Amino acid sequence: MKIAVLVKEVPDSYGERRLSLTTGLADRSASDPVLDEITSRAVEAAVSYAESSEDVEVALVTMGPESAEAMLRKTLAMGADSAHHVIDPELAGSDMTLSAEVLAAVLQRIECDLIIAGDVSSDGSGGVIPTMIAERMGIAHATSLDTLEITESTVTGQRATYGGTVTVQAQLPAVVSLTERHPGPRFPGFKGIMAAKKKPLETYALADLGIDPAADVPRSIMLAVSESPPRSAGEKIVDEGDAGTKLADYLIEKKLV
Amino acid sequence: MTEQNILAFLPVLPSGELVGSAAELLGAAALIGTPVGVLVTAPGKAQRAAESAGHYGATAVFVVEDDTVSSTLTAPAADALVTAGRAVGAEAVLIPDDVDGRDIAARLSVRTQSAIATDVVGVHRDDEGVVAHHSVYGSMFTTESAPTHGSLIITLREGSVENRAPGVDPKIRRLDLGELPSQSAAIIEFSPSAEASTRPDLRGADTVVAGGRGLGSVEGFALAEELADALGAGLGASRAAVDAGYAPNSLQVGQTGVTVSPELYIALGISGAVQHQAGMQTAKTVIAINKDPEAPIFDIADLGIVGDVFEVVPQLIETLKAKSS
Ligand SMILES: Cc1cc2nc3c(=O)[nH]c(=O)nc-3n(C[C@H](O)[C@H](O)[C@H](O)COP(=O)(O)OP(=O)(O)OC[C@H]3O[C@@H](n4cnc5c(N)ncnc54)[C@H](O)[C@@H]3O)c2cc1C
Repeated sequence: MKIAVLVKEVPDSYGERRLSLTTGLADRSASDPVLDEITSRAVEAAVSYAESSEDVEVALVTMGPESAEAMLRKTLAMGADSAHHVIDPELAGSDMTLSAEVLAAVLQRIECDLIIAGDVSSDGSGGVIPTMIAERMGIAHATSLDTLEITESTVTGQRATYGGTVTVQAQLPAVVSLTERHPGPRFPGFKGIMAAKKKPLETYALADLGIDPAADVPRSIMLAVSESPPRSAGEKIVDEGDAGTKLADYLIEKKLV
Repeated sequence: MTEQNILAFLPVLPSGELVGSAAELLGAAALIGTPVGVLVTAPGKAQRAAESAGHYGATAVFVVEDDTVSSTLTAPAADALVTAGRAVGAEAVLIPDDVDGRDIAARLSVRTQSAIATDVVGVHRDDEGVVAHHSVYGSMFTTESAPTHGSLIITLREGSVENRAPGVDPKIRRLDLGELPSQSAAIIEFSPSAEASTRPDLRGADTVVAGGRGLGSVEGFALAEELADALGAGLGASRAAVDAGYAPNSLQVGQTGVTVSPELYIALGISGAVQHQAGMQTAKTVIAINKDPEAPIFDIADLGIVGDVFEVVPQLIETLKAKSS
């Protein structure tokens, strides 16, 4: 079985994240790029399944700028076997339609049985790319899974729905995405880091995938960007045994209760 | 002038009741055109929901009642929206930004070759058509987007649009599903949530009380619940509290949980990590109670109390009780 994991480099949410007020694009100088935490959980799920089964190969797939290569090497050290990186200046600021087209095209090429992604990225907060890929590839999706069970021919998991939880099951090939309820990534050992240096990492430009970013299809474009004023600290009191009463008075005075 | 029809996908509970976001989706649709609802339910379950859709402003409601709705993931809803969209020439489709909604929007966008705007917090119309508003990086930036051409598929963040449409008597139009793609995932089991809570929904509540890891245990977290009930507030939690099992996933506030902007947000035993702030910093008034005077939550609190929640909160509840009687 071949599993592809979609990984993404994002601005570190512990740092300052900024949009450029002139281009509306992420300001890459504002904070360091990191592997999106949710995609690290997807890698962990794939690698731990590979460890427990025979003949499972794990390929990482990303679309991103040059800096993503270092992220791929680090992630390979967790135990994935190969990496595929789409890198093209025309992809800066791509909308979700183009991103899904690009990722589906690489995934077609590498011929995988199962695609695992994070449910929602921490920068774009879209949460639609995995299912858009499934629609483009003509395969099933089972997204936002809180649990995941993989067999040779199916994937099964639970997810939230209106008024409850459902268990969903798809035949492979399929795309799944995982929520934060999945375990975080392992720390790569020294052996993993050394091995990662020699693992295959292939790069693709849009032309290699036969994709024309200027094709006349409907796209989403950004019209305006503005920055919200930051919030500031108000009053701080130390409890001297009467803070509960003081807080009650505050709420009543401000008509908040 | 052509009619500007805006479709709103209105989820229905297994009981046949409309999901709470319906009023908001139709209210948002009314801001940019004529709201048209689309309902997809198991056989015999649509009537009541269709009537409520009219009550919330749907001038017409497309109804699909089909067995596959409870056994096939996403495909019935996506198919219904494709057909309804064609029938009325929809200029935009509004879908809730949640687990089911995002899948439906994704399939619909690719199938109809339409641009997609996700996690949208507002809409308006300009000379060229529909514009979507986004709140980015934990509400630090606001952006606007629009499609270059064609209709726009929108997933709407719940609790972000206040407009409500006046009630009407809707035209109900029944639709049949086409042949569904064979490669859809199957729904093999549904388990209803344990008894629906009587508290206001976190996303729409005027007041939110949220508890963190500082509450220490499931029993400790009950203090947040008690305060929420005393204030008639919605209940939220930090990710650490959810991870520790004090509260269900659906209550997580923050970057990877729910974003709220209530009048009043009370954080109990929450340190205020940047990812938590991302989900609540647009609240009008923030109150934080934390033992650690250096906790980052105090940087954004209008009133910060350095103290033990287990002393401050019971006293607060007692005082409020005494003053209200
Ligand atoms: C990609 C990513 C996404 C994330 N998304 C989210 C998200 O959506 N939501 C979220 O909340 N977090 C999120 N986090 C996690 C976040 O970084 C923090 O780890 C988390 O918010 C901490 O939760 P907490 O404040 O409850 O716990 P802690 O940071 O452990 O804080 C507990 C606080 O309780 C106080 N305390 C302890 N006992 C008492 C007492 N008796 N009385 C008063 N105070 C007391 C302590 O002083 C401390 O400040 C995310 C992290 C990452 C990397």
